[in-house]
Amino acid sequence: MSAPELGTTSLLRFLWRQLTSMRTALILLLLLGVASIPGSIFPQRTQSPLKVREYFDDDPNGAKWLDRFYLFDVYGSPWFSAIYLLLFISLVGCVLPRSFHYFKEIFKAPPAAPSILNTMESFQVSPASLERAEAWLKKNRFRISKTSDSISAEKGYLRETGNLLFHLSLIVVLLGIAGSSVFGMRGEAIVNVGERFINTPTNYDNLTPGRFFSLESLPTFTIRVNNFSATYDRKTSQALDYELKVTTKDSLDSSEVNQIVKVNKPLTFGSTRVYLQANGYSPLVTVRDSAGIVKFEGPVPFLPQDSNLSSIGAIKVPDMEPQIGFVSSFFPTAARDEVRGGFSSFPELLDPRLLVSVWKGDLKMDDGVPQSIYRIDTTDMERIGLWALSIGESYSFEVGSITLNGVVPWVNLQVVRDPGKQYALIGSILAIVGLLISLFIRQRRIWVREVGGSLEIAGLALNKLPGLEDEIGKMIQELGDQK
Amino acid sequence: MSQSDWAYLSNDLIYAALALYALSFLSYTYETAFSLRANKISGDKHLDRSITTKSRKVASIVFLLATASLTLAVIARGISAERIPLGNMYEYSITGAMTFALAYLIIGLKYDLSWLGLPSSILILLILGTAITLLYRPSAPLVPALQSSWLVIHVSSAILSGGIFLLSNTVAGAYLWLDRIERKGERGEFAKRLPSLETLDQLSYRLVAFVFPLWTFAVISGAIWAEAAWGRYWGWDPKETWAFITWILYASYLHARVTAGWKGRKAAWLCLIAGSSYLFNYVYINVWGSGRHTYSGL
Repeated sequence: MSAPELGTTSLLRFLWRQLTSMRTALILLLLLGVASIPGSIFPQRTQSPLKVREYFDDDPNGAKWLDRFYLFDVYGSPWFSAIYLLLFISLVGCVLPRSFHYFKEIFKAPPAAPSILNTMESFQVSPASLERAEAWLKKNRFRISKTSDSISAEKGYLRETGNLLFHLSLIVVLLGIAGSSVFGMRGEAIVNVGERFINTPTNYDNLTPGRFFSLESLPTFTIRVNNFSATYDRKTSQALDYELKVTTKDSLDSSEVNQIVKVNKPLTFGSTRVYLQANGYSPLVTVRDSAGIVKFEGPVPFLPQDSNLSSIGAIKVPDMEPQIGFVSSFFPTAARDEVRGGFSSFPELLDPRLLVSVWKGDLKMDDGVPQSIYRIDTTDMERIGLWALSIGESYSFEVGSITLNGVVPWVNLQVVRDPGKQYALIGSILAIVGLLISLFIRQRRIWVREVGGSLEIAGLALNKLPGLEDEIGKMIQELGDQK
Repeated sequence: MSQSDWAYLSNDLIYAALALYALSFLSYTYETAFSLRANKISGDKHLDRSITTKSRKVASIVFLLATASLTLAVIARGISAERIPLGNMYEYSITGAMTFALAYLIIGLKYDLSWLGLPSSILILLILGTAITLLYRPSAPLVPALQSSWLVIHVSSAILSGGIFLLSNTVAGAYLWLDRIERKGERGEFAKRLPSLETLDQLSYRLVAFVFPLWTFAVISGAIWAEAAWGRYWGWDPKETWAFITWILYASYLHARVTAGWKGRKAAWLCLIAGSSYLFNYVYINVWGSGRHTYSGL
């Protein structure tokens, strides 16, 4: 055995003791609070990627530095993770030994009475006898230990149980959260009314599986979107109700079920839920070449820009020669003024217009760089036309024509598998129960000592809740009444 | 009565409550200023609250009437919108002021809180004044995301917690003020009407201990609702983050008191900081912040 080894062991033991002390746990808890502040100041990539991009556009250098400190990904950053992992370890190291200790303690008798009682705040004197005091304490369900001239009694052991329950439940909550992020998945898909969504990886617009979630285990449900209706306040354009009617199948060969989805009423397939998250419009267009042959046909989802659903979008036709792209705006209720030009004055389809600006040239769809489906890079293109189409109208340009056949709404379905959430919920409920027990159960000791024919009585409120003095007063009164 | 009649009635009742709280505030000011009796010989002043019994009584009765008017205003607002009046910041503010006033009155049944009447009536006047002038929005139906029975559960527990946090902050503030006075010497006659430091310390702790489980519940019910409406129970939305920070600060406060034995000045400061994070969350995040908790312009 050599000295350095001993040093390492004792150092580790020292560090472990420091880490699992309640003081450290409290400091870490406060630190976690402080560490979560920047996430509410700087935009976060997971919530508002567009705002993060604005930061980079406005001040690339500053944003680069902020990014180095993970200030756009606070809650996934190494330093944030470090704090909560340390807190977690500290909590486990603090709570588990305490529960063992407590289990031993719960069967123990209360500690002996202190030698001097009359300096305590709750000190009172009663002429009753020790036996009577013992009987009273027993009747009031105190746990008792006694010597020839004194009794120590304790009550409210449940408080410590509540305390432990609270902390153990916090561990359950943290495990639940971790479980969700590791074994869960979430994804989004835009589906036009009339189309069917089959739950396979390729049908998602974006999909983030957890580390241990295998894409083969996606449940094979299907959702056919039959109808989507949105009602709005005529004056303020505020949405009043969204209702999505769907026909679902739990698996490819199970029976069809008609269901209604609302913002607060998601669809449930086992442990996977599907939420209605956003909606917009897809103009139905047909693009023909100059010979009248259809080169593109179908609904194109447009991205809403404001509460009246003024939307932007791109119709890309790579099969034409030269390639054709339509940089477009869509207004469900078209209006025009001098400041804004064209815009939408109401979110419903009262007077829909599709504004197309026709570009010819290279759409750059083959060079492997992922493109936005709502935008066209027009740097190597030439504009050859501009027109506002109403439904049923066609517009002919140099090498072909475009027809607006109609408009269908689209909905954004968010698919979430969150296997840890039940545990987080159960943990939270138990945490509240534990909290109530630990805050409102009075744990107290009462000591009685016979001194010269009368009783000295004093007590200690272990969690400093008031009421002990009244209780001792009541005890003395009842001991007196029995005389 | 039509819906807009109810909305007008609610507004009138708010104005009535404002006037009554102002009257109560004036009576409390009078009570505070004139309850000192000058010694005829030496000219020294000492506290004698028996002189102002009448104005104190007037102040508390008017406070009660004001709170009744405010409560009716909140109910009328709810009837006019056909839902619980917690749909925007205006409604949240008037309901919050009502909770604060009711908590003050109810706790006043057990403790003598007449010394708190003056700061309480100022606070309520400020909240209601801001609400009716800056935050007012016509009564309107809810956006789809808010159409859930969780609105009642989540928002009312959050606001009830807020009202009581504010009360506990007022008490902690009074503690710090008195503590300063006592450190400089004896309390002036003016400050003698306030309870002992010990009582204030205990009262602010008991208010927090009472309401902390409710606040925990408010956060959890919010998470349950978020799971149903937004597809995740926790997303570090700014409002959620600050609710979490508030929770942590109050948890530390309780811990510091129960396990580390903090009391008095240090505890009062921690209580004030925790309460401020609640207010910050309410005011800053709603007005200047972003995130999913902002609906229909406030």
